Amino acid sequence: MAVLVLADHKDGGITQPTRSTVAAAAALGDVHVLLVGEGAAAAAPAAARIAGVAKVLTGAEAPVLAEPLAALLVSMAPGYSHLLAPASASGKNVMPRVAALLDVQILSDISGVVDADTFIRPIYAGNAMATVKSSDAKKVITVRAASFDPAPAEGGSASVEAAPTAADPGLSTFLGAEIVKSERPELTAARIVISGGRAMASSENFAIIEKVADILGAAVGASRAAVDAGYAPNDMQVGQTGKIVAPELYIAVGISGAIQHLAGMKDSKVIVAINKDEEAPIFQVADYGLVADLFKAVPELEAELAK
Amino acid sequence: MKVLVPVKRVVDYNVKVRVKADGSGVETANVKMSMNPFDEIAVEEAVRLREKGVAGEIVAVSCGPNAAQEQLRTALAMGADRGILVEHDGVLEPLAVAKLLKTIVAKEGPALVILGKQAIDDDMSATGQMLAALLGWGQGTFASKIEKEGESLRVTREVDGGLETVSLKLPAIVTTDLRLNEPRYASLPNIMKARKKPIETLKPADLGVDPTPRLSVLKVEEPAKRQAGKKVGSVQELVEKLRNEAKVI
Repeated sequence: MAVLVLADHKDGGITQPTRSTVAAAAALGDVHVLLVGEGAAAAAPAAARIAGVAKVLTGAEAPVLAEPLAALLVSMAPGYSHLLAPASASGKNVMPRVAALLDVQILSDISGVVDADTFIRPIYAGNAMATVKSSDAKKVITVRAASFDPAPAEGGSASVEAAPTAADPGLSTFLGAEIVKSERPELTAARIVISGGRAMASSENFAIIEKVADILGAAVGASRAAVDAGYAPNDMQVGQTGKIVAPELYIAVGISGAIQHLAGMKDSKVIVAINKDEEAPIFQVADYGLVADLFKAVPELEAELAK
Repeated sequence: MKVLVPVKRVVDYNVKVRVKADGSGVETANVKMSMNPFDEIAVEEAVRLREKGVAGEIVAVSCGPNAAQEQLRTALAMGADRGILVEHDGVLEPLAVAKLLKTIVAKEGPALVILGKQAIDDDMSATGQMLAALLGWGQGTFASKIEKEGESLRVTREVDGGLETVSLKLPAIVTTDLRLNEPRYASLPNIMKARKKPIETLKPADLGVDPTPRLSVLKVEEPAKRQAGKKVGSVQELVEKLRNEAKVI
């Protein structure tokens, strides 16, 4: 039986976490990709070119709400053994609803596929990895993108069809969105991430990190402490309750390294920590540690990288 | 309107959990337990809604072991009016909890259920959405702001890239994100008062719910350990290492 991947798309492209989800799904069956929301049709060619995708289905071009989308997925579920989505804000919103409607226990944020019934998922902020076997006939899954190499963006030639339609239960209405436009890469897809912690001391001070980010082509993140203090928006939060990232290079600036932050970045390939407290736990996971005052070191870093 | 707030007893967020030597789970004996932090935000929001005159009675519910009474007392000390404990000693997955809560909702008739967006033990982030599905209610997950407008609820949600606003028909489900509020500390007089507030105890069987888990845990392991690297003496040295040793820039 085929497997269905609910895709996140943006500006006519398919997000990298979605390609990681396709990679996870490919082990389970023929991959069909569902695109819904404004721009779904425009993103369909990009979805069809992803290696390993057999079919692309496009749905309604309207703002995506959990209730009608869950109804659509449930109506499509009989044709699929597994329904997957990236563990993004959208996937985490809708997939548990789908699971409950199908009387299935969701498998959230999986980091490994053992077989069609058995999956690995992090628990306790990634301090333990559980291998769990589902007894449900159908599996509903969200995928931790950082744990799967994305399926190549090119190489596929899937057919594109219209998705079925499902009635909107009329439980909610979309009022609006404020999405920050940024030239920088997405946190969860960036090759380099530079994050600031509470020691940044103000939102204005994040400018010094942003300058380094712009030289490196990096995304900017923040620790929960920095978000709590109001120095950075929640969308930038890296950690157990924010985004999970695994870039090639992660630069932690003024971040002490709380369990909940490490949960979001410890799978990065190379970790750099800049902190003036040499006892900070972040140094226990850092490949390169620099004990220094960030307000001196970060501008120096900018100057050195600009050379 | 009546508000129901489910709360979960979890290993305190400051505890670094240890995986049991036999790989059957994590060590929870003699470990500090607390209310799930996102559930504290849920209780706080319910209390604030009452302070604004929007919410009436606040009922805290916990599904878990007998000791979860402690977390219910915390909710009562923060301002909830009474508690319900659905006592069960084994594993309760989000689907089972959602089924238990559905029966409580049927008994209590709240107009709003506020839950934490995620429990920090199983990290499932599912119970609120599952309860919304089983009840056929609208859901406002990862909320950073909620306002009642007539018979609907305006919810600002944390999404990838920014914020989204939806309007939910009441009754509805909301799950809390970090920035919704900062939970209060219960004052000593309120802790004393909370001791006298009633807690009703039920069993899953009383509610006609089979809480058998759907997932069997085959093993639990430690994640791959990262080795601490080296300290560098200067920014120049750092950049040199990143360029020539790690080759990442």
